[in-house]
Amino acid sequence: MRFIFKTNYAQDINIARHGGDKFWYSLLIILMLAMPLIIDDFYLGEISYVCILAIAGIGLMILSGYTGLASLGHAAFLGIGAYTHAFLLTNGVPFFASIPIVVIVSFMVGALIGIPILRLTGMYLAIATLALCFIAEHVFIKWEHFTGGNRGMPVPQPEIMGMSFYDSTTFYYVCLAFLILSMFAAINILRSPTGRAFVAIRDSEIAAQSLGVNLGLYKALSFAISGAFTGLAGALLAHYIGYLAPDIFNIFLSLTLLLLIVVGGMGSLHGTVFGAIFVGSLPQLIAICRDYLPSSVGSQPGLEPMLFGLILVLFILYEPLGIYGRWVKIKLFFQLFPTYKKQTFKKQKVFTKSDRV
Amino acid sequence: MSLFEVKNITVSFGGVKALNDVSFTVDKGEIFTIIGPNGAGKSTLFNVISRIYEPSNGEIFFNGENISKIKPHNISALGIARTFQNLELFENATVLQNMLLGRHIYKKTNILSEILFTNKTRQQEREHRLKIEEVIDFLDLQHYRDTLINGLPYGVRKNVELARALCTAPKLLLLDEPSSGLTNEETNDLGFWIKDIQSILGITIIMIEHDMSFVNKVSDRILALNYGEILASGLPSEIKENADVKQAYMGE
Repeated sequence: MRFIFKTNYAQDINIARHGGDKFWYSLLIILMLAMPLIIDDFYLGEISYVCILAIAGIGLMILSGYTGLASLGHAAFLGIGAYTHAFLLTNGVPFFASIPIVVIVSFMVGALIGIPILRLTGMYLAIATLALCFIAEHVFIKWEHFTGGNRGMPVPQPEIMGMSFYDSTTFYYVCLAFLILSMFAAINILRSPTGRAFVAIRDSEIAAQSLGVNLGLYKALSFAISGAFTGLAGALLAHYIGYLAPDIFNIFLSLTLLLLIVVGGMGSLHGTVFGAIFVGSLPQLIAICRDYLPSSVGSQPGLEPMLFGLILVLFILYEPLGIYGRWVKIKLFFQLFPTYKKQTFKKQKVFTKSDRV
Repeated sequence: MSLFEVKNITVSFGGVKALNDVSFTVDKGEIFTIIGPNGAGKSTLFNVISRIYEPSNGEIFFNGENISKIKPHNISALGIARTFQNLELFENATVLQNMLLGRHIYKKTNILSEILFTNKTRQQEREHRLKIEEVIDFLDLQHYRDTLINGLPYGVRKNVELARALCTAPKLLLLDEPSSGLTNEETNDLGFWIKDIQSILGITIIMIEHDMSFVNKVSDRILALNYGEILASGLPSEIKENADVKQAYMGE
């Protein structure tokens, strides 16, 4: 058990809570940097995909996990990011100029959509964002000048400092760098007043308002920030896919993102990474398992969505806080070793919440 | 001049008049208690003051300024803070985070400087923390800084909500049934704290309360409501003897 003796306010402000944090996270980063030496190109590509998913997950996590607003339409932002990026690259904008433009565009789109849509709550908000997903898909089909319509659109693979994106090592480092940057940006937002205002909106709108949080403004801001992260992920996803077609950004992709944050653990940034690893590796696991299953089961076309759904339901029932929640429990089990009690995490029934204001 | 004035406030929900032509004034530095049976319109009055309900008639003045048209999220910046009858804490956040939200109105950073967590942002966090520590010392919350609200007993939660309101450094504090659900000991402590808030911090308090012995102990003046109308107002001793109030509470 670690006891932290606090002698300075900075200890509550800093990202690393203690030396152990610094050590383990540095080790993780070194391991990630050394990854190309350890594994082959195929798995490097898979890890790049996990990084991209994690960035998109951060976006949705800020909106759903921290501000408490559901979105079934985040594939739209992935699409906006991907198409904007591909369009800019095709027109000769360099990679490092295109990315900030993509982030700004998705931020603006998020804000513009967020202002009207976020007057809705709960189920109605979910339906509105679902509509957003379908509208976006339609726009990608119809706006041929910009997206190439149903024919699709090739994504130019740029060179950075003489290194081509066709090289999976280069692409891996780009994805990893953006994931680390996104992580820091998200942590910084969440430990400053804006992030706290998001959490306040999630837990009690009425109290947030009475403390001076402008609900409309912060909800739209949350949607915009969420859109910006997801748009960035979309831009990287464009490189990963290589050829954009409108039906990539369908409702299933939105649901995958939702699965990612729920399985990873709502309300934690660790959860986005856990969830991304899970979602990224699941199709591979299914592919491997398929060989061992009887062919009548293994060759069923709907196996993947069904398993996704099943896993989502199981997590909601048995581990609402996701993989990260489980991780915290396991960690505490070893920290307290003989004295760990199951009841520690038992959710108390509370009767104090009321709809009365 | 009075610090706070409610003038001819009427609130109707459909055909029901929750408040009917209510007027009163509160002087600076006073502890002003509103009493009344259930459904008398006390909480409605608070919600009108914090601009959650729209009155159908009447005006509210704070520091001589008409606040009946101000947006609800701008009320706290004027210096009016409140607590809620059924606790509205941010349950999945720590006590510190809850209290830091009390400093939201003093936020000077924008989103860009927060993403980069510039020195200015860091400095601001430290300043907020300093202010919060004063409140923590004032209300004896030292043990709970890093505890999630979820894991706190009810009495402490009530205390945290009061603390959060104090973090906004208000001029006027609205307390909605601060002693409900507290033990006798906690109620006693609360009495001292309320007196201290008045005398040390110089904050004016409007309070809704049912516990009459507590009310008589801390209040400077009392207003009694029933069915949305004012029954009586005056010093605690006068209210105690008022025939209308006795009738409303105890029948004939």
